[in-house]
Amino acid sequence: MPLLWLFLIVLAIAAGAYVLARVRVLAMAGENRRALHSLPVYYGSNAAMKSGVPALLVLAVWLVAQPLVIDTIASGHIPDSAIAETTSRGLVMAEVRRTADGIDMAIASGELSETAARDPQADIEDLSARLSDAGAILTSEITPPVFRAAQELRALSAVGTQAMTIIVVLIALFGALWALRETKPDFRARNVVEQGVRGLLIAAASIAILTTLGIVLSLVFNTVEFFRLYPASEFFFGTNWAPSFSGRGGASDLGIVPLLWGTFYISLVALIVAVPIGLFAAIYLSEYASPKVRAVAKPLLEVLAGIPTIVYGLFALLTVGPLLMRVFGDEGLGWMQAGTAVMTAGLVMGIMLIPFVSSLSDDIINAVPQALRDGSYGLGATQSETIRQVVLPAALPGIVGAILLAASRAIGETMIVVLGAGAAARLSLNPFDAMTTVTAKIVSQLTGDSDFASPEALVAFALGMTLFVITLGLNVFALYIVRKYREQYE
Amino acid sequence: MYDAPHYTRQETGVTDVKIKAQDVQVYYGDNHAIKDVTVDIQDKTVTAFIGPSGCGKSTFLRCLNRMNDTIDICRVEGDIRIDGDDIYDKRVDPVQLRAKVGMVFQKPNPFPKSIYDNIAYGPRIHGMARNKAEMDDIVERALRRGAIWDEVKDRLQAPGTGLSGGQQQRLCIARAVATEPEVLLMDEPCSALDPIATAQVEELIDELRQNYAVVIVTHSMQQAARVSQKTAFFHLGNLVEYDDTSKIFTNPEDSRTESYITGRIG
Repeated sequence: MPLLWLFLIVLAIAAGAYVLARVRVLAMAGENRRALHSLPVYYGSNAAMKSGVPALLVLAVWLVAQPLVIDTIASGHIPDSAIAETTSRGLVMAEVRRTADGIDMAIASGELSETAARDPQADIEDLSARLSDAGAILTSEITPPVFRAAQELRALSAVGTQAMTIIVVLIALFGALWALRETKPDFRARNVVEQGVRGLLIAAASIAILTTLGIVLSLVFNTVEFFRLYPASEFFFGTNWAPSFSGRGGASDLGIVPLLWGTFYISLVALIVAVPIGLFAAIYLSEYASPKVRAVAKPLLEVLAGIPTIVYGLFALLTVGPLLMRVFGDEGLGWMQAGTAVMTAGLVMGIMLIPFVSSLSDDIINAVPQALRDGSYGLGATQSETIRQVVLPAALPGIVGAILLAASRAIGETMIVVLGAGAAARLSLNPFDAMTTVTAKIVSQLTGDSDFASPEALVAFALGMTLFVITLGLNVFALYIVRKYREQYE
Repeated sequence: MYDAPHYTRQETGVTDVKIKAQDVQVYYGDNHAIKDVTVDIQDKTVTAFIGPSGCGKSTFLRCLNRMNDTIDICRVEGDIRIDGDDIYDKRVDPVQLRAKVGMVFQKPNPFPKSIYDNIAYGPRIHGMARNKAEMDDIVERALRRGAIWDEVKDRLQAPGTGLSGGQQQRLCIARAVATEPEVLLMDEPCSALDPIATAQVEELIDELRQNYAVVIVTHSMQQAARVSQKTAFFHLGNLVEYDDTSKIFTNPEDSRTESYITGRIG
């Protein structure tokens, strides 16, 4: 039975339970609604919830678990001797799955009968021909163990799907009956339904948290795997980044220091650009600008935040780089070899961060109580003195928080670096040299056809983990500072 | 006019007029908030402004040091003179004026700085001290005048926001006093304080009378009766009655004043 039908049946049972529970409780109360603990709709919802939710949960878990279990069983049908030297059990199992899918397709197109497909004595050559006639994609010849495993796979999934259908429908019916049994006028259906709603909210929150956890775990496992292949000390303290790509052979130097230096340097340039401009813009907008100017200027400034970073990257590559070349390049001061440099990426990244800094700082400056400004004006201070000596110090922790958040944005930025800073991992002090960052190297290590089990690819996860720890630390620190600031006024 | 204020020359004490306001009108946009207020505020006297909420007493107070300038839609007309000088004259810098006319606000608003820096803020801006020793002196004098020196002398570097509400308000008074103003405006200085802190601040106000003209806006008629020598009653933007406090509270001339102080309107 197709999955959609099963789903609809469960929904129908839930809807039926809803109507029945409602009718039943109203009948029991003799149509006197005041005699009910909750509104009739709650009794209905309770019954629908109890029949639908457990059944759908079991369905979801089953759908995830069944392929895993069946794979394990089918894999037992392939002896180790059937796995060739050059391949692995995983690849053979992929072949088994493809064969099973192919048989399904062949049956669907009428090339093959169900009994023929189940026949353990079937002629494999004839079968392969029929499968390719049906349009199935088979990479290598089907071997008897693969065929037998595919047959087993199909049989097991048929049984599993049948069992799943029966169990899910039974759970839905049982839930409906249970809910109907407890549906009496004094049953606190409202409270139960609200508990259910709370459960839904908790589930939503946990999905977000579990996803984070999942990301971290996948990073951690791959990072551990990387450190098994490559010494951690050389990764963290190595000053040379020279991965050798698969096929070319030779050992790789995978030191993170040049990448961290590039990240740090570019972020520093970006912050040097973004912090003063953003902060001064925020001060102007929140303290000096008339409401009219503010109403126009603030949204315009925030448009900058809506530009995709790849567009900033193009701006760096096509406009800022050549512009800097004209001044600092060979025709000018001669400090710059090419348009891609720390300066190019840093400047453009700084422009990207301006709205980030200004918008956060603006909110923070506006949050400084008017009473403090009045107090300062009342003592005969000018507006500028008030801003410098009262408003900014009061807002400083929040502004520092905003800057740290901007810094973690800068550290995580990729596209501008890829297009603006070049790809050379280099330890240099010259801001007109091309350098690269951790994020840009993660991209280059994982794109292309590198082997995912090699240290050259796995290093991406170690890089990602390092970056994650750094930005997490910055964010935690920023939030800590912002929170400490909030306490002062509440 | 029917609600023209009643004047009586003060029979006792000093008679110097510090602030002379004539036909003051204040508009918030189209709203006529203060109508034809004419009042003479005496030096070395505590003058109380009383009246129901929204009657314009705070608005009028804020005219006296041009704090209303910071509100865009606010417009002030009429003539206000301090020591005979028109404070709304184009040549007057409102910033300089505010150094001369100090202000204490309804809610204590210490800056998020140390107690010392809170007091030193005004004197530093106006360059009143040539060196650290002079500044220490100014700070100590102001804190003593604010009647809070003994409580904070051991923790001058502690943040001013860490003090209790009553201490914060006295710190704000000391801060206003530190710039050596001639007039001290207080906008409901005790409304956020408990009775004990209120008593301390009232005592302080009485002492400040020795040196300054003090104008206090209050919602508490008992407070007005306790601390002030002159009382002005505002109602719906008009100055209804202005007289000696004892007269206002015992024998008011206007029926509205009587209704208010006996609790029938407000």
